[in-house]
Amino acid sequence: MSNKSKLIGLAVVAIALAVAFIFIDLGNNWDYALPRRLKKVYAIILTGGVIAFSTLVFQTITNNRILTPSIIGLDSLYLLIQTFLIFVLGSMNTLVTNENVNFLISVGLMVIFAGLLYKLLFRGDGQNIYFLLLVGIIFGTFFGSITEFMQVLIDPNEFMVVQDRMFASFNNVKTDLLLIATIAVILVSLYSVKLIKYLDVLSLGKDQAVNLGVDYDYVVKRLLVVIAILVSISTALVGPITFLGLLVANVAHQFLNTYRHSYLIIGSVFISIIALVGGQLIVERVFTFDTTLSVIVNFVGGVYFIYLLLKESKSW
Amino acid sequence: MVDVKHVSKGYNKKNVITDVSVKIAKGKITSFIGPNGAGKSTLLSMISRLIAKDEGEIYIDGMDLTRCKNNDLAKKISILKQSNHINVRLTVKELVSFGRFPYSQGRLTKEDRRLVNEAIRYMELEDIQHKYLDQLSGGQKQRAYIAMVIAQDTEYVLLDEPLNNLDMKHSVQIMKTLRRLADELGKTVVIVIHDINFASCYSDYIVAMKDGKVIKEGTTDEIITPTVLNEVYDIDFKIEEINREKICVFYS
Repeated sequence: MSNKSKLIGLAVVAIALAVAFIFIDLGNNWDYALPRRLKKVYAIILTGGVIAFSTLVFQTITNNRILTPSIIGLDSLYLLIQTFLIFVLGSMNTLVTNENVNFLISVGLMVIFAGLLYKLLFRGDGQNIYFLLLVGIIFGTFFGSITEFMQVLIDPNEFMVVQDRMFASFNNVKTDLLLIATIAVILVSLYSVKLIKYLDVLSLGKDQAVNLGVDYDYVVKRLLVVIAILVSISTALVGPITFLGLLVANVAHQFLNTYRHSYLIIGSVFISIIALVGGQLIVERVFTFDTTLSVIVNFVGGVYFIYLLLKESKSW
Repeated sequence: MVDVKHVSKGYNKKNVITDVSVKIAKGKITSFIGPNGAGKSTLLSMISRLIAKDEGEIYIDGMDLTRCKNNDLAKKISILKQSNHINVRLTVKELVSFGRFPYSQGRLTKEDRRLVNEAIRYMELEDIQHKYLDQLSGGQKQRAYIAMVIAQDTEYVLLDEPLNNLDMKHSVQIMKTLRRLADELGKTVVIVIHDINFASCYSDYIVAMKDGKVIKEGTTDEIITPTVLNEVYDIDFKIEEINREKICVFYS
């Protein structure tokens, strides 16, 4: 089967699942239920696409297929920002309650953080991408510890608000954010279009990329910023769920068996949508909300991750 | 012509290359020889802009290396490092096609495809062009990488220890190919090489380096002499002529 027909197959499955999600058990009250479900499905598709793309790009930059952007501490920074705002200003402050303002602050800080990490990385040569990852892991742990510290001290009622943002859930997607998130995704996509052609070459490693005329520092810097924005969009919409990215990026690699990012990106976006919409369909209609999607994603993702580690010891 | 002028490079305040100036002639094979840690690979990496230099200037055909656009340089100079571990699964043909990236930015034209096929034919890889790289032996892999460099079609071809881990048969094969690149296609080939006899038999010019400095540069005949080699390697060399090739004997 050619890759094109595989992609068409994935698209058909994704659309079918979305339609099923919208129309199964819709009931009689269409005016109420339909817009709500449409918004939800749209949010899921947006998040799924964003996670798939950012993870795929991150794995290509790092030349490592068992990493997700959460390794450089982007998720933990998001939680730190949320906890800090609630801790210092209280849960009723506009910076917390106004989702759009909150979103812009989070995105801004995360981009600045990615920029700083990048500065550390490319101060001189001899530093490589693993140095960036290492520093990122340390920062991630650091952010996590501070977050925990504040959560211990915080007022229990305020903590409820923090907790709400700590776990990924599609049952309470922040639909207020959809408009600004959509605009951000469109802008970022337009921005990354001209960078996508470099991804294939970047997957050969830094030396080959430079040899083939890619302005490595320039391209990687911009891709990191793109990743930071996309991760903050998905985290703000549903919470930390980048683990899903690991799953879909690798399934895409295995399913499509190509190095071409034009296929991989589209494939992983569809796989991500299938996983999320399908998973949410199961959560809502089979488990009747007894569990959340992130539990299922983490369970399946965890098993797959162990499988990957075992397989990594041999060669791909 | 590549013109390296007073280039220095240090890591952590320790100089790896100190005030090196060399000229590399067009259309010839130039070998960098010298003991481990002499700075040969570093110099090669600086000429190919993989690492930045601390001081000095490098000119390629009169153009300052630091002022050139990356993509233009990729059409002029190519480098093959000694270890080429690639994380993605590629077939030989896919790898060779990457050599056309500077020209087509990933969208191969008819002309690109023709040159890719030509490079594959040139390296005699037709039989295995659809095999994956991880299924190949070291020699086949090395030939595939060289085919990629040929597809890149640059005037200057830089190779860092291209004979690394190859047996004699494949080493000779690679060196003959490099010779053909210089003689038939007029490319300027620069290699870092450890086997002094391969350097002696196949190169036109030799640059002898030691401790980050150029000890002597010149034609092969000028460098392959007991005095120069003793100074570079600190061991005794005997040089015999066999079939009008200078062969070094240094096993004691």
